[in-house]
Amino acid sequence: MANLVSGIKIIGDRTLKIVERMGAVALFLFSTIVNSSVSFKRFSLTIREVYYAGVQSLIIILVSGLFVGMVLGLQGHETLQRYGSEDSVGVLVALSLVRELGPVVSALLFASRAGSAITAEIGLMKATEQLSAMEMMAVNPMSRVVAPRFWGGVISLPLLALLFSAMGIIGGYLIAVVLIGVDSGSFWSQMQSAVDFEHDIVNGIIKSIVFGVAISAIATFEGYEAPPTAEGVSGATTRTVVSSSLAVLALDLVLTAFMLKGWN
Amino acid sequence: MANLVEISNLNFGYNSRLVLKGINLTVPKGSLVAIMGLSGCGKTTLLRLMGGQLRATEGEVNVAGEKLNDLTQTELYRFRRKLGMLFQFGALFTDLSVFDNVAFQMREHTNLSESMIQDLTLLKLNAVGLRGMQHMMPSELSGGMARRVALARAISLDPQLMLYDEPFTGLDPISLGVIGQLIRQLNDTLGTTSVLVTHDVQESLKIVDYIYFVSEGVIVAQGTPDEIRGSSLPFVHQFIWGEMDGPMPFHYPARSLRQDMELNGE
Repeated sequence: MANLVSGIKIIGDRTLKIVERMGAVALFLFSTIVNSSVSFKRFSLTIREVYYAGVQSLIIILVSGLFVGMVLGLQGHETLQRYGSEDSVGVLVALSLVRELGPVVSALLFASRAGSAITAEIGLMKATEQLSAMEMMAVNPMSRVVAPRFWGGVISLPLLALLFSAMGIIGGYLIAVVLIGVDSGSFWSQMQSAVDFEHDIVNGIIKSIVFGVAISAIATFEGYEAPPTAEGVSGATTRTVVSSSLAVLALDLVLTAFMLKGWN
Repeated sequence: MANLVEISNLNFGYNSRLVLKGINLTVPKGSLVAIMGLSGCGKTTLLRLMGGQLRATEGEVNVAGEKLNDLTQTELYRFRRKLGMLFQFGALFTDLSVFDNVAFQMREHTNLSESMIQDLTLLKLNAVGLRGMQHMMPSELSGGMARRVALARAISLDPQLMLYDEPFTGLDPISLGVIGQLIRQLNDTLGTTSVLVTHDVQESLKIVDYIYFVSEGVIVAQGTPDEIRGSSLPFVHQFIWGEMDGPMPFHYPARSLRQDMELNGE
C-alpha cells in the first residue's frame, strides 16, 4: 500500500512539474511577443536569424523531402496497383506531403537542426555572461537576442515545409513517372484536381506556423533558462529536441482533428 | 567631494540565507575604490546590487542620484546607461567583431551616424591600445586582449560609474599590469568613478584610492592602501600577506585526526 501511495505521489510530482514547465514556456512566449517590437523595427536582426535557422537548414530539408517523396512514390505505387489505381500515385504523394509529412517531418528536422542550435547559442551566451553584459548595457536580451531568434524560426519553418513538400512531389514524380512509368499527364492532372488549396495547402501552412511557434518558443526558453554550465547547456539542448518533437506530434493530432472535422 | 555611490544599512540574502549584513559604504565621485575579500564573501553580490542586477532585502542603495530599490524595469535600463561594467572574463559578444562589440552600445542607444560611430569606436580601441585589432573576432584574442576590448566597450558611452568584476583573474603579469594601469588612467582621464571587486592584493593596492574588506558578508576593515598595508587586524594581515593560517584556518573544520584515523590511544 505504501509503495502504491509513493508511486502515485511520484507520478503526481512529475505531472505537476511538467504542467509548471508548460506554464513557464507560455509566460516566456508572452514575454517574447511583448518584447518583439525591435525584431520588426530593425528587421535585419530577424532576417539574420532567418538565415541561420532557415537557410542553413535548407540542405537537410531538401534532401529529406526528396527521399521521403521517393519512398512515398514507391510505396504508393506498390499499394495502388493492387486496386488498379496506380495513376493516382501523384494524389497520394501530394496529399500525404502537403497535409502531414511536409509540416511534421520538416518541423522534426527543424527542431533537431535549428532548435538545438538556438538553445545552445543562447545557453552559451548566458554561461559566458554575454546576456548579463547586455543587461548591464541597458539592452534587454529578450528584445535583442530572444525575440529575433523566435521570429526567425516562426518565419523559416512554413517556408521550409513548403520546400520539403515541393521536393517530395519531385521525388515522387521521379520514382512513379520516370522510373516506374506511370503516365505523366495522369500523375499531374489527378494531383491538381484532388489537392484543394484551402483545405490541404493552407491547412498545411497553418500547421507549420503553429509548429514554428512551438519549437521556437521551446528552443529560446530552454536556452534562456539553461543552468550556466556545460552540463546545463547540453541538458537544455537535449530537452529542446525531445520537448519540441513531442509538442509537434501532439499539436499535429489536435490540429488534424480540427481540420478534418472543420473548425466549427 | 560628493558621493556617487551610497549604501546604507544594506542587508541582502538568497531566500533566508543572509549574504550581506549591515553594509555601509560610500564611493566619492572620481575615486577608484576596491572591494576585497575571499571567494564567496559577498563582494560580487555587492557589485551586482550597485548595478541593479539584484535588489536589497533591507537598506538603501543610491547610485548616481538614483535610489535603486524603487526603480521599475524601464527606469533600471535608463539608469544603466550611466554605468559601464567589465566582467570577469570580458563577456564579449562572440558573434560580433572587436569593432562591432565596442560600437554595440552606440548603435543601440544613440542616433550617431555610422561615420561618427566609426571614429568614436577607433578612439576607444586606441585608448586600450588595440585599434589594429578592430576586424578580429573575440575567439582570436588572448585573455588579456579580450579584457582590454571589453574595457573599451564598457567605456564606449563615457559612463559615470565603472564596475569591475575581478578584472585581473587569469592574466599573465604583463597583461595584469596593463589592465591595472588602464583602469587607473581611464578613471582619471574620463573623470569616471570606479568600483573594483578583486582579490588581487598587490596589483589593486598600487592603483586604488580606498579599500573595503568584506568577510562573511560584513565589512571588517577599510582604509587607504597605506593604512591597509600597515593594518594590524589579523584577517587583513593574513589576506594581504597571503599567510597560510590565521583567522581563516588552513584546515576545514573536522573531527580530530585521531578520531578519523580510528586510533584508540593504544
